[in-house]
Amino acid sequence: MGLQAYLTLAAIVFCIGLFGVMTRRNTIGILLGIELMLNSVNINLVAFGRYSGDVTGMVFTVFTICITVAEAAVGLAIVILLFRVRRTVTADHLDLLRG
Amino acid sequence: MNRLPLLSIMTWAPFASALIIMFFARRRPLLVRWTSVVGTGISLVASIWVYWTYDRAAAGFQFQEAFPLVPSLGISYLMAIDGISALMALLTAIIIFAGVFASWTTKERSQEFYALLLVLVTGVFGVFVTLDLFIFFLFYEIAVLPMYLLIGIWGSSGDIRPQGIFGWAMGRTGVGTKEYAAMKLTLYLLFGSAFILVGMLALFVATGSRTFSFLELQTMQFEPALQTWVFLAFYVGFGILAGIWPLHTWSPDGHASAPTAVSMLHAGVLMKLGAYGVVRMGMGLLPDAAVDWAWLVGTIGCINIVYGALSAMAQTDLKYVIAYSSVSHMGIVMVGAATLTPTGLNGSVFQMFAHGIMTGLFFAIVGLVYEKAHSREIFKMGGFGAMMPGIATAFTIGALSSLGLPATAGFVAEFLTFLGAWTSDYPWWLFPAVIGAFLTSVYVLRVAGQIFWGPKAPDPHFQHLPDAQGPEWAALGILVFVLVLFGVLPSIAIAPVDTATGQLLLRLTGQ
Amino acid sequence: MAGDGTLALAALLLHAVAFLVLAVAAPLRRLGRPAGYVSILCAAGSLAAAVLSWRAHAGEAISRLVWTWLPTEGQTLATVGVLADADSTLMLTLVALVALLVQVYSLGYLSDESAPALGRYYAYQSLFAFSMMGLVLAPNFVQLFICWELVGLCSYLLIGFWYQRPAAARAALKAFWITKAGDVGFLIGIVLLWRHTGTFDLAEMRVLAGNGAIPLAGLAVITFCIYLGAVGKSAQFPLHIWLPDAMEGPTPVSALIHAATMVTAGVYLLHRTDWLFALTPDVLAIVVWIGAFTALLSAVLACVQTDIKRVLAYSTVSQLSYMMAAIGAGFSAAGFFHLLTHGIFKALLFLGAGAVIHAAHSNDLTDMGRLARRMPQTAIVFTVGALSLAGLPLFAGFLSKEEILGAVRAGGFTAPFAMLILVAFLTAFYMFRVVFLAFFAEPVALHAGAPVAAGVGAHASHVADAGHHASHAAAGVAAHEPHEPPASMLLPLWVLALLSVAIGVYFTFVHPEPEFTSPAWLMPVAVGSAVAGILLAWATYQRRAIDAASLAAAFGPIYRSALARFWIDDVFERAYLLAILGFSRVIGWIDRYLVDGVLNMLSAWTVTAADDLRTMQSGRAQDYVYGIAVGLLVLLLWVQFG
Repeated sequence: MGLQAYLTLAAIVFCIGLFGVMTRRNTIGILLGIELMLNSVNINLVAFGRYSGDVTGMVFTVFTICITVAEAAVGLAIVILLFRVRRTVTADHLDLLRG
Repeated sequence: MNRLPLLSIMTWAPFASALIIMFFARRRPLLVRWTSVVGTGISLVASIWVYWTYDRAAAGFQFQEAFPLVPSLGISYLMAIDGISALMALLTAIIIFAGVFASWTTKERSQEFYALLLVLVTGVFGVFVTLDLFIFFLFYEIAVLPMYLLIGIWGSSGDIRPQGIFGWAMGRTGVGTKEYAAMKLTLYLLFGSAFILVGMLALFVATGSRTFSFLELQTMQFEPALQTWVFLAFYVGFGILAGIWPLHTWSPDGHASAPTAVSMLHAGVLMKLGAYGVVRMGMGLLPDAAVDWAWLVGTIGCINIVYGALSAMAQTDLKYVIAYSSVSHMGIVMVGAATLTPTGLNGSVFQMFAHGIMTGLFFAIVGLVYEKAHSREIFKMGGFGAMMPGIATAFTIGALSSLGLPATAGFVAEFLTFLGAWTSDYPWWLFPAVIGAFLTSVYVLRVAGQIFWGPKAPDPHFQHLPDAQGPEWAALGILVFVLVLFGVLPSIAIAPVDTATGQLLLRLTGQ
Repeated sequence: MAGDGTLALAALLLHAVAFLVLAVAAPLRRLGRPAGYVSILCAAGSLAAAVLSWRAHAGEAISRLVWTWLPTEGQTLATVGVLADADSTLMLTLVALVALLVQVYSLGYLSDESAPALGRYYAYQSLFAFSMMGLVLAPNFVQLFICWELVGLCSYLLIGFWYQRPAAARAALKAFWITKAGDVGFLIGIVLLWRHTGTFDLAEMRVLAGNGAIPLAGLAVITFCIYLGAVGKSAQFPLHIWLPDAMEGPTPVSALIHAATMVTAGVYLLHRTDWLFALTPDVLAIVVWIGAFTALLSAVLACVQTDIKRVLAYSTVSQLSYMMAAIGAGFSAAGFFHLLTHGIFKALLFLGAGAVIHAAHSNDLTDMGRLARRMPQTAIVFTVGALSLAGLPLFAGFLSKEEILGAVRAGGFTAPFAMLILVAFLTAFYMFRVVFLAFFAEPVALHAGAPVAAGVGAHASHVADAGHHASHAAAGVAAHEPHEPPASMLLPLWVLALLSVAIGVYFTFVHPEPEFTSPAWLMPVAVGSAVAGILLAWATYQRRAIDAASLAAAFGPIYRSALARFWIDDVFERAYLLAILGFSRVIGWIDRYLVDGVLNMLSAWTVTAADDLRTMQSGRAQDYVYGIAVGLLVLLLWVQFG
């Protein structure tokens, strides 16, 4: 298996994630989509690191995973707070920034 | 001799007192006021001192202070004054000193009010005394921006009926409210300062020698094409602040809505900032273009004079009358400058001073009358002369100066401008200028007659009104005294100004 | 010492001192009468200095003191100072004398005023005297103009002294505006003249004129502009309309400012610069014609007035025009001579009228009658004044009036000369109409038919001082019993009356040599027409042999037009309302709704556009993701295929 295969997998995961972000009505679903997109990037980083023999990609991925965890925690906390205040987590109903 | 940095003291003393007010004078209204008095008093003393010790024989820029701020861009803290700016700094100091007294009775948030006012004054002083274009612009913005808050928070709203083919637009923009006035004024002036900034940067780039110093830029010869459009940019940019027609409409609304001290400062000093900018930057840096564009500056000045006077006559709100009279008088300043003659330019600078004092006096009085009678409707008031003789007398003296009566400062300014106009390349400017003076006598005495020197108004609210009291006298007394002093002995102002205008014109006319 | 102008300067500055003291020392001013004493003291000193100065400059002696007032280009642009010569010191003496007498008189006349008002009055009086003297002694056009405007200001302030009466407030404004309109011309004239000759200084300019160094091209425009200033100040047609209304001021003010001194400033100006006007004979011809026309017009108007002060006011206009005509004819000395004698006897007449008003509590001639019995001294001095004005021998106006007639004739102006003769007749008539109606005839109200009152309707509203005094009468002060005025008022009256007679007697027997020759028939004609006027007045108003109503009917259209003041006031009022106020409304509307409207339109457009654009901001996060995705896609496609 060459680099091509890893990159294809990453692209597919990214597109699934993007599709989720664009179509899910539930905020938690959107968050999951975002996680998928981030992980596809991680796959890319690891794959490039492995094939170029440079360890930087791996190190970077470890960082990204940490940040993703924090981001997921913050994101979920926001969703829970939103639910408490607005009694809904449907993205279409959350349009406080409408012009 | 180890000289005091007088110009810096003059400029930063109000700023320092603003800081003191914000940090130490919370909820101590009297302390706020006395701190302001002390701060502006220091400025006043410093400006009188500078004015008095200015060496007329040596002329030129004196009291220089300089240290580099951003050497790589040629920005430095460069301060110096010549005869013109010395007079302007004196004007600023007098007006703000009187203004502090005139707004003594501000009730709401007086701490913030005074602090903002003093910051603004620092900006004004800075513009007059700095010779670095970058710092000049910085101070210019400091002088303009606090106005938004001062009018928006402490201002007063009026009532204007939408009419005419643009009536729909007036409803949308909220004409008449203080928020409208504050926004209009700020946007207008920022619009103007964009032009100024572009012009300054163009000059900076054109020199190639990385300097913002006026003294160095002054010695350079710029391309005629560049001069032409940069002068126009300066003229529009500064001209907006000077109230040139048809970009003057911020002035009546802004001045009418502003609280007393702000109107005094704005009409009295800030409009002069515009005229000063045209003279100092436009004529000082771009001599060829100044000669080429003189016809435009003077002609619009003539329109200002007559148009402003007629508009003032049509108003029924006292503050609007005064505001439009400023538009009219700034026309005289512009005509005087555009004559490019020594007499005319002296008249122009003197008119800046005279009008500053006179309009400051007017707005102070309007504030007092409003505070006592709670009305600005000219034709509802009447016969106040018997109840408030002091205020009535001060108003009348202001009115007389406004119409150019001898023995007040207004006459000297107008007379010099007339002489200059007739000896300029466009002698016909004399006639609108003289007619404007006549129209001024009609509207200003009509107002004085209606409010003060006429039969009593029937309204029961106006039966027992007090005269000025305590600190209010200080404001009126100072301004009246200055107005008459400079009218009787104009040479104390003209002599130093003359040294500066002579040099300026030497570059302009090229002999 | 006395010859160097210091005395004249002292006379000038004493009034300035009085004014400054009264202006600054408010507590003193509010005391009223003590303020008056300060002012009178200074005025007395000033008179002494003026007389000494006059004696010192009686011959050819000229002294000049100047200081730089306005520098430009490192040099002197304008100066202030004094220029004392025979004419200016003589005029100075007249001003000092009348000012002093009027200030003394005012102590009695205005004794009912509140103390602060009286203090204010004396402050104005001192300022006026100072400005007038500054005008008289002016060494250049700048100072002349400065003082010219200042006396106008004092006139405005003093006419509006009782500003709570609408008529007084209105009259003050009218006077200021009308004279200011003339001053517009004057100012333009000064500016043009400065450019033309390079100086403001009278003496320098006179030398230039003597050398023929003043270019004649365009000079006529300049002198005409300067003349416009005199037209306003000295009440020449068509700007004469302010002077009769100015009678709303206190009577002593009318005597000083609107008869003896300020209004003669225009005449004085032309006399002072006669060498300049001599260069432009066309303008001088205009001066004569306008002078003669104004004289006739105002004499006719004086005949139909029922307000005693208005008669005198129109008479002043008429006499000023006399002087103007003489100056226009090229003999300004004659005009100046009449200015001086007129200053004395017209002040006398006004002060006498003031005494009558003080006693009768009315301005209206129809309220008077047989006052000579109650106040014989006033009757005597008033009659002396009237005889002087009529120009009878042994009285002050005799020779000066005859000289003017001779001058106009010698100048070759036949028609104006005839008009002036007619005016001499009318002058005697209207003056003695007043004398008989007020002092000798039965009160009109008692006389059946009251035909004289025919014109009352039009002017009944004009009650100048009367309303003021009537209010005191109503308050219970010895109601309506006319009596002689107090000594402070009688004294000035007698001084002026004796002076009138003294001057009259002196000049009846000692004829100065005139610059021109008059025919022998001139004097009998002039005196004859005056006597005829007096006789007609006697027959009509004393004997009532001629019915006043039928006399009026005989001049039907003229009489009715005169009652309407020939509609000149109406024309001005219309012009003010339509041309100035109306036009200002239009401009004001344009400014608010068009000039500012464009601005509002632009900002409204901005607001509208923003309103439309903001709907793009849905607030839903996923819409933005769509946007990003689509943008990314477009970008990718562009990179691939673009």
